[in-house]
Amino acid sequence: MLPFVIKRLVSLTLSLVAASLVIFFVIEVVPGDPASFMLGLNASPETVAALRDSLGLNASAPIRYWQWITGLLQGEFGISYTYKVPVRDLILDRIWISMPLAVYALILSTVIAFPVGVLAASRRNSPTDVSIMGVTQLGIAVPNFWFGMLLVLLFAVTLGWFSAGGFPGWEAGFFAGMKALTLPAVALALPQASILARVMRSSLLDTLGEDFVRTARAKGLTRRQALWRHALRNALIPVLTIIGLQFSFLLAGAIIIENVFFLPGLGRLVFQGITQRDLIVVKSVIFLLVFAVILVTFIVDITYAIADPRLRRARS
Amino acid sequence: MALLEIENLALSIKGTPILRDIDLKVDAGEVAGVVGESGSGKSMTAMAIMQLLPVGTQWQGAIRLDGKALETYSEKDMCALRGNDIGMVFQEPMTALNPVQTIGDQVAETILVHSGKSRSEARRIAREALNRVGLPEAQFPLDRYPHDLSGGQRQRVVIAMAIALQPKLLIADEPTTALDVTTQAQILRLLKQLVDEDGMGLILITHDLAVVADMADHIVIMKEGEVVEAGNTLDLFRRMKHPYTKALFEASSHVPVRNPVHVAERGEPVIEVSSVVRDYPLPRRSLFKAPGHFRAVDNVSLAIMRGENVGLVGESGCGKSTLTRAILALDPIQAGEIKLNGGVFSTSGEGPDRDMRRRVQVVFQDPYSSFNPRHRVDRLIAEPFHLLESQPDRADKRRRIDAALTNVGLSPSDAHKYIHEFSGGQRQRIAIARALIIEPSLIVLDEAVSALDVSIRAQILDLLADLSDRLAISYLFISHDLSVVRAITDRVLVMKSGQVVEEGSTEDVFRDPQHAYTRELLAATPILDEALKAREARAAAK
Repeated sequence: MLPFVIKRLVSLTLSLVAASLVIFFVIEVVPGDPASFMLGLNASPETVAALRDSLGLNASAPIRYWQWITGLLQGEFGISYTYKVPVRDLILDRIWISMPLAVYALILSTVIAFPVGVLAASRRNSPTDVSIMGVTQLGIAVPNFWFGMLLVLLFAVTLGWFSAGGFPGWEAGFFAGMKALTLPAVALALPQASILARVMRSSLLDTLGEDFVRTARAKGLTRRQALWRHALRNALIPVLTIIGLQFSFLLAGAIIIENVFFLPGLGRLVFQGITQRDLIVVKSVIFLLVFAVILVTFIVDITYAIADPRLRRARS
Repeated sequence: MALLEIENLALSIKGTPILRDIDLKVDAGEVAGVVGESGSGKSMTAMAIMQLLPVGTQWQGAIRLDGKALETYSEKDMCALRGNDIGMVFQEPMTALNPVQTIGDQVAETILVHSGKSRSEARRIAREALNRVGLPEAQFPLDRYPHDLSGGQRQRVVIAMAIALQPKLLIADEPTTALDVTTQAQILRLLKQLVDEDGMGLILITHDLAVVADMADHIVIMKEGEVVEAGNTLDLFRRMKHPYTKALFEASSHVPVRNPVHVAERGEPVIEVSSVVRDYPLPRRSLFKAPGHFRAVDNVSLAIMRGENVGLVGESGCGKSTLTRAILALDPIQAGEIKLNGGVFSTSGEGPDRDMRRRVQVVFQDPYSSFNPRHRVDRLIAEPFHLLESQPDRADKRRRIDAALTNVGLSPSDAHKYIHEFSGGQRQRIAIARALIIEPSLIVLDEAVSALDVSIRAQILDLLADLSDRLAISYLFISHDLSVVRAITDRVLVMKSGQVVEEGSTEDVFRDPQHAYTRELLAATPILDEALKAREARAAAK
């Protein structure tokens, strides 16, 4: 198991290096000079040059890459061109919204999808299964921002149980914070839960047809025991893959939901950064998101190996 | 009172009748053989005893275990019965075990679901069961996973699971069909020993008459969901009242008549393989050391004359499939040379060009998965035409498709059908037609009759013999089934661990094997006549 983990760690590091290079050079070729953007249209060429100099934009590309990377390693992301505050502070403000929101939504989606998928698979072609498949089809088809707005209409406007948007800050207390994240998390989780439940169902149906499930039944296990003890763990691999992909999506892809619910999250930060040519913010946030995605992939790889002993040997 | 009695069992799935009037009796300490070809309902009979039937199945008649009728059992009672009173062993050991649980846990589970024993007690009994089936603690600790074990070892684990609680009845459904002959002999011996020691009743389901002739005390022959003949093993084989029994008997020892007028004794061989080496790289262990390799084919040479049929036998993992892939130029070779009709076919440096490639064609084992289901037969068998320099015109193409279909015993009107409209035997004929259509010099038959029922197999062997005689085609016939190789080949090569250990004319090798490994293989192969003679001798001694 240990060589496997080390191997995955090496591959994680290499992926990060490759990703940082790609991000750096893509940002290099993006049109628009941050210095002239900051100073406005009427700035004289001399002031723009002076600002470029003070921002360190005139140094050669390898040096700027090196400075950026060493900065990242020390937790120094640079100063935002537009906000004039350290990028680290900007990210720290927002990550405490985006991360809990993503985790919240992921937990919700998993908690809904697992039992629903197992139920549908164990009662294949029954009315229960057919209705679950119908509802999840709807869950995938309905856009999450629209569903979010419906939630706001019902729970905030009509019933008044939740506020319609915004975030009070964690200073207001854990429960106040979680309450503010609940509607967006539900809006995010539902389509994901629908996908996950369908994957869970089809994966479980596949494994239920396997020979070893028949062997388990021949040993005297009931249908239910055979499902829980033998089929489920074998059905998990594709489900884990989907969960890993969903976490990355939830972390970075919540821009629209953040807008619907007026949440100052990472998605909005990147969006603003791009429109204002605040390239240092864009670069850092994107790198952070890439890091999160690679980290999640790493964790998923490790859980694969825990779930399936064959992988431990094959890859280590 | 017999241990198991089945009377007038009839079974249907969603209205389609599957079984009719099945009668079967098994006593304690006795082996009942159930023989039949695919679709005869032998596995369904086993599943009816286990009451593990597909959704929508209805059955009538009586199944009694120890005099108690199974229809009076609830599903809960059946769960208590399965694994405790009736154990079952399945055909495919590679998939019969849960890949994510240790073998110890899987064997112990049988004990845990049926008795209130503690976990450690269950593991102790599991250990004993594994020891009994020949998996000692030193090499096979309880925490091994199935993927560490070979097919034969996995089948032993499945048997250990089935016999851990010493059931009264054991059902073995084609337990050795997926295994090599030597492993098959060991597993059969083990089953026999367990029956003798525990006084279990054993139902042995198989398509192989030689296996039942050796193992079973009495036999039931099934065909299309019915019992066509039943009786004491010796009586049944002596009388063979039912024509189907006779047909099965003849088909399983069928030797096609051959008139090999075209075999060229001298001259240039069709294919000449000289000192071929095929290495597989092993996974890299360290960043700094070059990865090692596994030598799957080690310095193998062989030659096949025009019109000659050469057999290649050996157990799984001996390198015969790898050698085949090298001869077909599907994989590069690392050393040596393959010549075709005197010209260089492939070397360690490069593979053949298209014109060379078309002269070697192949027929694979599985007639179900080797065709694209969306294409019609004419398109399927005309596929090799793209290997020709100039495409034949429409009329010529039509003529050659018709000729190929006629050659393999099908009709030209079959050209417009889809592959799912054909049976397994017909599909294998189509595969042969596809190989024949561009008149190759050599056809490689890779386990080409192994998946077929005995009666179909006999027909295909006749067809192959006829084609080889008429068209002077050479075959490289790869099989693990020695009786088939004996029936159709002129010369045979025995492979072990990547090397050819024995080579000679088929009759000589089978009559007087020189290498110890060949002798071992031959001794393990069940042969119907000899099994019957041995049984008669035993009966006479009593």
